[in-house]
Amino acid sequence: MKIIVPVKRVVDYNVKVRVKSDGTGVETAGVKMSMNPFDEIAVEEAVRLKEKGVATEIVAVSLGVAACQETIRTALAMGADRGILVETDVDLQPLAVAKLLKAIVAKEDPKLVILGKQAIDDDMNATGQMLAALLGWPQGTFASKVVIEGDALTVTREVDGGLETLAMTLPAIITTDLRLNEPRYASLPNIMKARKKPIETVKPADLGVDPAPRLTVVSVAEPPKRQAGQKVGSVAELVQKLRTEAKVI
Amino acid sequence: MTSLVLLDHDGNAIKQPARSAVAAALKLGEVHVLVAGTNSAGAAAAAAKLPGVTKVLVADSPAVDHALAEPLAALLVALAPAYTHLFAASTAAGKNVMPRAAALLDAQPISDIAGVVDADTFIRPIYAGNALATVKSSDKIKVLTVRAASFDPIPADGGSAATETVSVADAPSISRFVSAELSKSERPELTAARVVISGGRGMQNGENFKLIEPIADKLGAAVGASRAAVDAGFVPNDYQVGQTGKIVAPELYVAVGISGAIQHLAGMKDSKVIVAINKDEEAPIFQVADYGLVADLFAALPELNAELDKPAE
Ligand SMILES: Cc1cc2nc3c(=O)[nH]c(=O)nc-3n(C[C@H](O)[C@H](O)[C@H](O)COP(=O)(O)OP(=O)(O)OC[C@H]3O[C@@H](n4cnc5c(N)ncnc54)[C@H](O)[C@@H]3O)c2cc1C
Ligand SMILES: Nc1ncnc2c1ncn2[C@@H]1O[C@H](COP(=O)(O)O)[C@@H](O)[C@H]1O
Repeated sequence: MKIIVPVKRVVDYNVKVRVKSDGTGVETAGVKMSMNPFDEIAVEEAVRLKEKGVATEIVAVSLGVAACQETIRTALAMGADRGILVETDVDLQPLAVAKLLKAIVAKEDPKLVILGKQAIDDDMNATGQMLAALLGWPQGTFASKVVIEGDALTVTREVDGGLETLAMTLPAIITTDLRLNEPRYASLPNIMKARKKPIETVKPADLGVDPAPRLTVVSVAEPPKRQAGQKVGSVAELVQKLRTEAKVI
Repeated sequence: MTSLVLLDHDGNAIKQPARSAVAAALKLGEVHVLVAGTNSAGAAAAAAKLPGVTKVLVADSPAVDHALAEPLAALLVALAPAYTHLFAASTAAGKNVMPRAAALLDAQPISDIAGVVDADTFIRPIYAGNALATVKSSDKIKVLTVRAASFDPIPADGGSAATETVSVADAPSISRFVSAELSKSERPELTAARVVISGGRGMQNGENFKLIEPIADKLGAAVGASRAAVDAGFVPNDYQVGQTGKIVAPELYVAVGISGAIQHLAGMKDSKVIVAINKDEEAPIFQVADYGLVADLFAALPELNAELDKPAE
């Protein structure tokens, strides 16, 4: 079976982003970009399913500017077989991404799409659920364990109180949580090999989708800064201050 | 302008994050709420008492038990035409179902709002809370999830709303609940606690969390953790505080053996008072701590436990 893995190019998780002084967004020029960490977990899961003989082909899809090619290359180096770049300069929001992915699913006919649960830039946590809705497929979100037997999919999910297990039938959508697996690093030979793997480029118009954003960004601001605090010299001093100064215990 | 709020409940009571979602919705006008699932007469009665709520819709059907996303989204879509806004708390259940409903309504969900500006305009944190975006929606029906830590919950009592039963289409569900492994605790829930004490990788193992427990009990605190502590298996996944775990904003947050990575700060930096105990005085957690104690936690925690027994001077 074929698996599609959408991989988003985001500001690297180690970067502390800075809000632009004109309040239109955050500074991304000259900032290190990487694959969204949850998408690395998604690629890893797909590669493991291929290694187990459950999957036969993995297609990595990235949507956005031309540089998203690099993110696809990373997925190819981890073990994806080929890539599709949906190229656009439009600010893509989850509804548009879900519509574009739906069109790709219609062309590629996968049995499974594995997405990250959340992109660490927009923190939306929405695209997988939305794609599942548009396709009419079941969804196993925030997955920490995935078991596939034939057409039966069992997903263990990280929920507020602990873990929950759901059963569904393929085709289906999975979104990854942090503890699903530990993604591999691409080896140098695999990085070399990835250079030869094919990446097809399409435009939103080719897919018949209007990617215009539904949310207009009015402004982006710095959150309120916390006042610098104080160091206390002992546990006794700490407790005394919490009691009499902060009055929280 | 009327909003519908999907309530998280346990059959009997309405969860605190859901009361925060109602608080957010009340900023816009009239509010109806939805209680879904069988055996939820208690929750429906509790919902009717929420102050400000004018109608409780009850979907008493096994199809929507366990908040399964597919049937619950379909139900929300069926109810949506009567409303301008659909709300839920940013809980695991809310995050699972609301985007699904939004897609079916051809709307772009507005996730995890931290502020309401007007009926179309909302404030939401992006980049792990390092920026706050004000966004304006052009969708006819707005679908939102609410960051509970940013809205004081409305009280549990004081209202008297009318209750109405709604029917659920009994199409066979395409997913099925199998089982749940929920962690049991006598302590308050992380997102509702007045005090939270979290342990990090510095705790070294799960056994050592026993050093935190008596302190938590004395303070009526919930116990949380960093991702590193959860990944290492010290404590269950639902303890994780942070960008991709739970967002908390208690009166007092105590971080023990936690370095203070951006992703952790994202989940606790709106706490009223922050205490950090860390042996590394350079640890970034001290930059957000109101009170920082540079100490070995294995000495500090027993001392703290003993100190709390002493009467206040
Ligand atoms: C996509 C993504 C999402 C993430 N989401 C989250 C999230 O939601 N929540 C989260 O917490 N993290 C998250 N992280 C991980 C985050 O980046 C950090 O790795 C993590 O928070 C570190 O946990 P820690 O502070 O416990 O461990 P460390 O960074 O290893 O810090 C341990 C600290 O303990 C101190 N220490 C050690 N021994 C002692 C002692 N005896 N006494 C006192 N102090 C001691 C050390 O000085 C150190 O500061 C995420 C990362 C990614 C990539
Ligand atoms: N532009 C994009 N390109 C590729 N994948 C994306 C894109 N946007 C979102 N996704 C996928 O959807 C997931 C959730 O993103 P979000 O809903 O924005 O938090 C990500 O982890 C990706 O798997």
